[in-house]
This record gives sequence, C-alpha cells and structure tokens, in this order.
Amino acid sequence: MKKLINKPEDFVRESLAGMAVAHADLIKVEYEPTFVYRADAPVQGKVAIISGGGSGHEPMHAGFVGLGMLDAACPGEVFTSPTPDQMLAATQKVDSGAGVLYIVKNYSGDVMNFEMATELARSEGIRVLSILIDDDVAVKDSLYTQGRRGVGTTVLAEKICGAAAQQGYDLSQIADLGRRVNTNGRSMGIALTSCTVPAKGSPTFALGDRGIEIGIGIHGEPGRERIDIKSADEITEILAQSIIEDVGYSRTVREWDENQGQWVDVELSNQPFQSGDRLLAFVNSMGGTPLSELYLVYRQLVAICERQGLQIVRNLIGPYMTSLDMQGCSITLLKLDDEMIRLWDAPVKTPSWRWGI
Amino acid sequence: MISQAQILQWLQLFASTIEENKDYLTELDAAIGDADHGINMDRGWKKVSTQLPTLVDQDISSIFKTVSMTLISSIGGASGPLYGTWFLRASTAVAGKQELTEQDILGLFQAGLEGVLQRGKAQLGDKTMIDALAPALEKFGQAVGEGKNIPEALQQALAAAEQGMKETTPMLAKKGRASYLGERSIGHQDPGATSAYLMLQSLLAVVEG
Repeated sequence: MKKLINKPEDFVRESLAGMAVAHADLIKVEYEPTFVYRADAPVQGKVAIISGGGSGHEPMHAGFVGLGMLDAACPGEVFTSPTPDQMLAATQKVDSGAGVLYIVKNYSGDVMNFEMATELARSEGIRVLSILIDDDVAVKDSLYTQGRRGVGTTVLAEKICGAAAQQGYDLSQIADLGRRVNTNGRSMGIALTSCTVPAKGSPTFALGDRGIEIGIGIHGEPGRERIDIKSADEITEILAQSIIEDVGYSRTVREWDENQGQWVDVELSNQPFQSGDRLLAFVNSMGGTPLSELYLVYRQLVAICERQGLQIVRNLIGPYMTSLDMQGCSITLLKLDDEMIRLWDAPVKTPSWRWGI
Repeated sequence: MISQAQILQWLQLFASTIEENKDYLTELDAAIGDADHGINMDRGWKKVSTQLPTLVDQDISSIFKTVSMTLISSIGGASGPLYGTWFLRASTAVAGKQELTEQDILGLFQAGLEGVLQRGKAQLGDKTMIDALAPALEKFGQAVGEGKNIPEALQQALAAAEQGMKETTPMLAKKGRASYLGERSIGHQDPGATSAYLMLQSLLAVVEG
C-alpha cells in the first residue's frame, strides 16, 4: 500500500485537522467526539441539517458544511458509520430551537446509530426528524436485503434541503421535501478497481486486469455482478438504462413520528421516469477516475436521455461521493420540479461547493 | 455462580481475544462486507480494556452498562449498536448483582439477544451474530433445565454457537453490507457470528478457570 498517511488510526483526525485550517472561515471541527460544524452555528431561527457516515467519501459530508447546505457532519472511521454520541453532540451544537433534520443513508450501521441518536436527542427535548436515502437501483430483491443503499441522491438531497432550511422552511416541510427528493432520485455505480482502506492496508477485493464490478455501493463492498470491462459508452448504457428502466419501487421505512413520539413504519414509493421529465444528471467519480472520463460518460448519458425524451436541465459532474482511491463512477438521475430547481440554484458556500455567493 | 471478578476477567479475555483475531475477523468481513469488523471491534474493546481497572468496585450491572456505552461510542458501524445493545440489555437484566446464578445468566443472554433482534431487525438464518447467539441461548436454557451447572451448560451453549457460526457459511446474507452480494455471500462464514462465538468462548474459558 502506498498512501499519504502517517498512522492509519490518525487518518481521519489528521485529515479533518487539515480541512479545519484550510477552511477556518467556514467550518469548525471538534474531536471528542468528532464532528464538523458551520462556524456560525447555531443559526438563529433556522432548521439545522445534519448528515454523516463513514469517512473515505470526501468531500461528502464534511465538505458540504456551510451556508445553504449542512449545519454539521459526523464523520465515522473510514467506511464505518459514526456513533450516536457524535451525532448528539453535533445536534446540541447546531440546534437553534427550530429543530434538526438527519439525512441518513440506508446502510445498517448508519440507520442504527442515527436511530439511537434520534432517541437521545429527543430525550433531551430537541426536535429531530430523520429521512432515509435509499436510491441505489442496483440492489435486486430488496425485500431480502437491507433494502436499497443510499448513494448519489444523498448529495442532491443535502443541497436541496440545505437551501430550503436557509430560506426558512420549517422542519416538517424540509423532511417532506427530502423524502420527495429521495423518491425521485435513482443511482447506480461501477468499480474498475477496488479501493484500499488505510487500516487494512490492502485492496478490499481484486478485480484482475479485465474485471469490473457492476452495481457497487460506496464502501468497496462488491457489487451485484462482476463482468469483463466494456467501452465507456457500453458501461454508461448499462448504468443509465438500469436507472431509467427502473419501475416503481415501494418499501417500508422507519421514521420518527413527532405526534406519537415513537418510530413508525412509513410507506414510500417511486414512480418511473417518463418522457418529458426534467432531470438533474449527476456523474460522480469514486475517487480514482479523472474528470475527463466523467465528461466522456456524461456525453453518452445526454445522448441516452435525449433518445428517451428525458430532458437534462441541471448537472453535476465530479468527485462528490467517493470511495477513497477507487476507480469507477456512478450516475444519479433526479426528476426535478420547479421548487427543487429553485433550491438547487440557490447560493451555497461550503469548503467543497460554492456558487451564487 | 459467576463472580463479579470473573466477569471482569471475561471482558478482559474477550478484549484480548478480539485483538488476537482482529485480522481473521477483518478477512472474513472482506469476503462479504467492507473489511472492518476486526478493526472496529478491536477499537472498542481496547477502550473497554483500559476502563476495566476502574470498574473493580462496581456491581455487574454497572460494569455492563459502562461496557455498553464504551462500545456504542467507539465502535460505530453496525457492530457498535448491536454489541452495545447486547450489553445494555444484559445490564438491565442483572440489576444490582455481584454474582450470577444459572438463571441470571439465562436472563442476561435472553435480554441481550432480544435487544439485538430489535435493534438489528434481523432473524435467525439471516447470516448474522444471531445465528450464533440464538442457538447458544436455547442450549443453555435446556442444559440449565436439566440441572447442569454453569460450566457444563456453557460448554453446550458454546458448541451450539460454534455450530450456528459454521452454519452461516452456506447461508444467503439478508442483513448488513453482505446482503448486497446476494448469492455471492454464500460460502463465507459470517464475521458477526464469529465474534459472538468468541465472546462465549472467552466466558467459558474464564468459568472453567
């Protein structure tokens, strides 16, 4: 393993320390327990948005802390969800009294730890709601798994919900909006290589010279199948068609019910994309794939969408939700409405993402 | 009877067993998960290990509570909440006790398993730690019912846990990261069932002296 690290156990802390000094005008970092928060938090009268997950996906989530996006991010160890005490401390720091929304990716560890944090925060009288992101269409037979994973749509939900919070939406409005972004967003990814987790020191899996993994998550866990490498256009076709052809998806998720003061099952369902839909197209690098290759993929994605009568009206291309040094990419398509477009275009000022300000 | 001192020895032994098996557990996890079970468990149990000397005057319930909070706040992932919940429920089941009878241990195992079932929403046969813990509980209860003493009952429980752990190999994973592999999860022993087996193995080793 060749990596720019000192000691594996110091990797996350030292990386965050660098980020804190690089962006001291925007964010602050605490370490006992660890979380990153807006330098001006709590922002009076504003609902706070918190997300978190394993480290190794930079810039997600810490790079998205700032005006118009997240109020705090809780980084876990590499690919390991953060712990409830991190989330509780972050919640206490950024809550202004208007409540806090947790944006949680559907991975078992993230779900369990955020559930515990919700219970802890609630017991302290802090209003917390959580929404689950589960947009990965690669997951087959989701009745027999943890359900679809939360992948690319997470980034888009953080931007759109963050803008809504900045514009004064209340907690339940933002939760509804986030749920709507989730059920209108769909993603799928591929890996050309494994990544190397610093603490393990060797690649998580081996793909050989020609193998690629189709339908990966974001932790180096293998995908749904392994095939031989194909051309970029063919790979783009596989990803785009899997997303576009995905029929309605219904599932039951657990969410906190404020009125009942307990966890309740909520039914969510996706509607298939239709000709004429307006989309946001997000082509994401897993960390090791250069922008040139992403643009090449985007070019083909535009052609595929045009062929199907789908109109790409916004895009995002780059490494936003990575898996350390993995080569590969993911595509996310989000069906937009006017409100989402307005919030997407709203100003954002974070370490990794700035526009309109 | 299991004494408070033996409980502390057990936790210490399990912590060092995890350290010894860190790479093994991580390799098992690399095959079907994301290659961090050993690393994560070791991080939490190292922390428990450093706290144990400060707990010598506490009752068993308080010891378990501290262990629970330490695991929850230092492991992360799924293992943190699951092992943390096991010890939290175990703590409630043995409130105020300085030593444990067969029935206390049965109650503790029962409460721990129920907590894990609720927190993880998994069932027997999903290829998780439950596949080691549930058969162990059943065998322990049976053995106690037959009038076996603690070491004998634990031996039978451990044998059942070992069998349950091995039986995870041909299973299709339905929970956690391994579930996304579908049929490719078949043929690999579950890391969570393995660490749960090691937890019981450490307890038996202490009880047998």
